[in-house]
Amino acid sequence: MSNVAQIQVELIDEFQLFDNWLDRYQYIIDLGRQLPEFPEEYRTDENKLHGCQSQVWLKAKSEHGLLYFDAASDSAIVSGLIALVMRVYSGQSAADILSTPPEFIRAIGLSEHLSPTRNNGLAAMINSIREQAQICLTA
Amino acid sequence: MNSPLFNIDSIRAEFPILQQQVNGHRLAFLDNAASSQRPDAVIDAVSDYYRNDHANVHRGVHHLSHRATDAYEGAREKIRAFINARSIREIVFTSGTTESINLLANSLGQTMQAGDEVIVSRMEHHSNIIPWKLLAERIGIVIKVAPINEQGELVLDELAKLFSKKTKLLAISHVSNALGTINPVADIVALAKQQDVLVLLDGAQAIPHGKVDVQAIDCDFYAFSSHKMCGPTGVGVLYARESLLENMPLFMGGGEMVIAVSFEKTIYNDLPYRFEAGTPPIAQAIGLGAAIDYLEGIGMDKIAAYEHHLLELATTALSDIEGLRIIGTAAKKAAVISFVFDDIHPHDLGTVLDHQGVAIRTGHHCANPVMDFFGVPGTARASLAFYNDAEDIEQLVKALRVAVDMFR
Repeated sequence: MSNVAQIQVELIDEFQLFDNWLDRYQYIIDLGRQLPEFPEEYRTDENKLHGCQSQVWLKAKSEHGLLYFDAASDSAIVSGLIALVMRVYSGQSAADILSTPPEFIRAIGLSEHLSPTRNNGLAAMINSIREQAQICLTA
Repeated sequence: MNSPLFNIDSIRAEFPILQQQVNGHRLAFLDNAASSQRPDAVIDAVSDYYRNDHANVHRGVHHLSHRATDAYEGAREKIRAFINARSIREIVFTSGTTESINLLANSLGQTMQAGDEVIVSRMEHHSNIIPWKLLAERIGIVIKVAPINEQGELVLDELAKLFSKKTKLLAISHVSNALGTINPVADIVALAKQQDVLVLLDGAQAIPHGKVDVQAIDCDFYAFSSHKMCGPTGVGVLYARESLLENMPLFMGGGEMVIAVSFEKTIYNDLPYRFEAGTPPIAQAIGLGAAIDYLEGIGMDKIAAYEHHLLELATTALSDIEGLRIIGTAAKKAAVISFVFDDIHPHDLGTVLDHQGVAIRTGHHCANPVMDFFGVPGTARASLAFYNDAEDIEQLVKALRVAVDMFR
């Protein structure tokens, strides 16, 4: 099992502790609060993801063949979703990222946030991460 | 407020969509300003029409075409009576408020020239801004913007100063979708008449909530949508004073709007048909007629009074929630409450409320200039209809308290 897939399995396990949406969301919101500080100089139009009702900034960097991401949002829920996505994809190889779709989102009951009509940033974030990985592979 | 005059329980029972659970909770549908729900009477009228009467209107000699035409034109007459227009010649069917305003901008716009002015207000929906901006880009008209105050009310003294010899039209909302403000439209029209300026009222948010009498208001144009007044989507109305409509340039060409066509000469149809090119939204118009019958059956005055009672109930209850700030506190308001918390994103609120069966709208409500004025990226908006009840408001308040605890 790849790194990304392994982390997803752990995350899905972790969320099985919660049997209702309220606790699940509370956990997500709390994770968002613990996101590392997003450097002010990254908060640019270039790093801003479009199509989000809430604002999302994402910055990628590549080191020793691995991709790292920093991200931030003005929405508490989206910040929490960012924390999950970072845990799954940040620090992984482009090939691993591209070959492992974000199954955890559906598995932990957050698929509503992937709907393009929700327009809240999670789908845009995943797309952007996959694009960065694609660029990295073809470079 | 269950009384022999207004039995909310029996009204709610007529709306099948309200009888469902959402995310395991009773549905509290509080997004009525975006679109209302439909009673059985409207759903049945549309379905009966398709089952029994459908054919194209105005053109067949056969039985079904006559029946469809009678039903369709019957709906036009119901609309005429509903808004007290003088004649059905003044009732143009469109696809909705947006198309009504675009029709006017494209037709009346042909009589304008560079430098002519159109006045709108700061509280307009984008649908009453963009058509005029497109006209400005096309022919160079100038758009002037009437200001609002901190309560979200039009500043009439300032509006009065905007008129000039070049002003051709005042295009303004009857009720603001984002703030709920009810504008004093009869006073505004009187002001414009002194200056010989035509007035378009965007009535999308006003028409479902109380009696609208276009002759009493004395406006020249009034635009509204069916889907916000319990009717089907895809149909709306442009009311236009006949003496103006008679001379207005045509906008869309096609079938229905002509009597005879050759390549040398076209004889255009009578009013209002010459503004209705193509096969019209027949079933939708008939459904709108049924919606009007339904609303009139309850009584628009009773609807207005009941909704006002709900608005007061909701405003009081929401004001008790710590940190909640209502955006739009006009003295005269329709049952729309826009609100923000300084530390909670409206979209997050909407998500947490949805999980508790409460449907509200979050975002800029297609009114960016209003959001900019109040310095917020968006708001959460609860908008009420006559089929909402006190339990919906209790559910909203309870859900908001849960949300506040989660985000603090």
